[in-house]
Amino acid sequence: MISFQNVSKKFSSSITALEDINLEIKNGEFVFVVGPSGAGKSTLLRLLTREYLPNSGKILLDDVDITKIKPQDIPEYRRKIGFVFQDNKLLDDKTVFENVALALQVRNTPEAEIHKEVERTLKLFEIWDRRNLFPRQLSGGEAQRVAIARAIIGKPKVLIADEPTGNLDPQTSWSVLQLLNEINSWGTTVVMATHNKEIVDMQKRRVIAIKNGKVTKDKTEGKYEFH
Amino acid sequence: MNLFNTVKKNIRRTPYQALAASMVMFLTFLTLSGFLLLAICSQQILRYYESKPQAIAFFKDGTTDQDVNAIEGALNQTGKVTKLKFVSKDDALQIYRERNKNNPMLLELVTANILPASLEISTQTPEDLKPVAEIVKKEPVVEEVVFPEDVVSSLVSATRLIRVVGSAVVGFLITFSTLIIVMVVGFKIRIKRSEIEIMKLLGASTWFIRIPYITEGVVYALIGAFLGWITSFAVLWYFEPVLRNNLGEAAGQFFALSPVLLLGLLGVEVVVAILVGGVGAFVAVRRYLRI
Repeated sequence: MISFQNVSKKFSSSITALEDINLEIKNGEFVFVVGPSGAGKSTLLRLLTREYLPNSGKILLDDVDITKIKPQDIPEYRRKIGFVFQDNKLLDDKTVFENVALALQVRNTPEAEIHKEVERTLKLFEIWDRRNLFPRQLSGGEAQRVAIARAIIGKPKVLIADEPTGNLDPQTSWSVLQLLNEINSWGTTVVMATHNKEIVDMQKRRVIAIKNGKVTKDKTEGKYEFH
Repeated sequence: MNLFNTVKKNIRRTPYQALAASMVMFLTFLTLSGFLLLAICSQQILRYYESKPQAIAFFKDGTTDQDVNAIEGALNQTGKVTKLKFVSKDDALQIYRERNKNNPMLLELVTANILPASLEISTQTPEDLKPVAEIVKKEPVVEEVVFPEDVVSSLVSATRLIRVVGSAVVGFLITFSTLIIVMVVGFKIRIKRSEIEIMKLLGASTWFIRIPYITEGVVYALIGAFLGWITSFAVLWYFEPVLRNNLGEAAGQFFALSPVLLLGLLGVEVVVAILVGGVGAFVAVRRYLRI
């Protein structure tokens, strides 16, 4: 379970990104985080990835306060989380295969096992035939599939997606969402920040709305609204 | 991850930087090899001169064994002499023949009568040579005393100078090379910042990210060390005839370097390379790679 307890994050005395956030996300949930630009969605996700530390409050993942994790233990913590970004953040000089393999290499997985797992995942995501291509040779949807494959190959407990459909056309967005739904059906918790009203409204999932650094709405089977 | 494949790829991706770094390293290690070789050889040449009869007293004709024994006794009493060797006229002729065996003209002209008997005197240190020579000169049966006073004292000074100048130059170049490694590795870290960020988010440990950069720095230094080592010996061998002509017998010391010594020298350079490359790259990752 993910738990935000009285979490506040300030970047300076005049810029408050998040203020007194209290949230609980159960294991296996699929949650949309919505809100206007600058509302604090990305900051919320970055606190979860331990890129930022809150000024106050606790963030728990399975009862472990991640704000207390020592710097040397952060890599181990991050291996429990998968990330997908709007710009996919694939490494340009690595092939599809190498990009996905990297997630296992950082875990010091043996090479033979890496090969087997990458092959299995790429086939599952229907991009095995693209394995030797570089990111610039892929379409937006394919690149995002690779990014998702990289995020989940290490079997994370939580998948964090920061506007993963932001750069995609509606049809490709839906295929990406289908993939995220499938990953969620395996038991992975999915937290997705998005501006895509159509997707949020159609999915009928829990929606957490953030505005001016505060949670304004938190509804199961919610809609894309934050006023 | 195959570390060496990663390093190879990093080097291939920025070939000019890799070349520049390796060339600076080459220059440093060529200088290091040069000075180490000079220091070793000058030390060996010095030893060669010190181990050779440093002073030779030539006797007048008619010198008896008793005269020679008396001089030997007097010299032994000084405590400065390590070895004394009497060379009779016949011995001198044999030595002369051996040295000039390729020149029959010279052999025909000389007989044992022309050559003087002599006493070769080795001393504890080169500084003992002068007082010992003074004692022998006073003997009436001694015609002349010769000793390579200038050669030894010049060699002692030259060896000292080589050590001091070599240490200063090599120290400067090692510092310069380390800074070059810091710059090259630092630059690479800067251009790969986003890749490093992604690796961090994927859960890469600090050392997983650092090791390829540190290895890269060490590889540059090792390339430089190996090339510097090879080149210095190539230059030494190329100039062998010139050195032999100018240094005579002593030049043999340059070419009497054993394979063990050569490998030892390579070993020293490899250790220095690992230190220079490793320390430079480590400073760069500490400075530019905030993890």
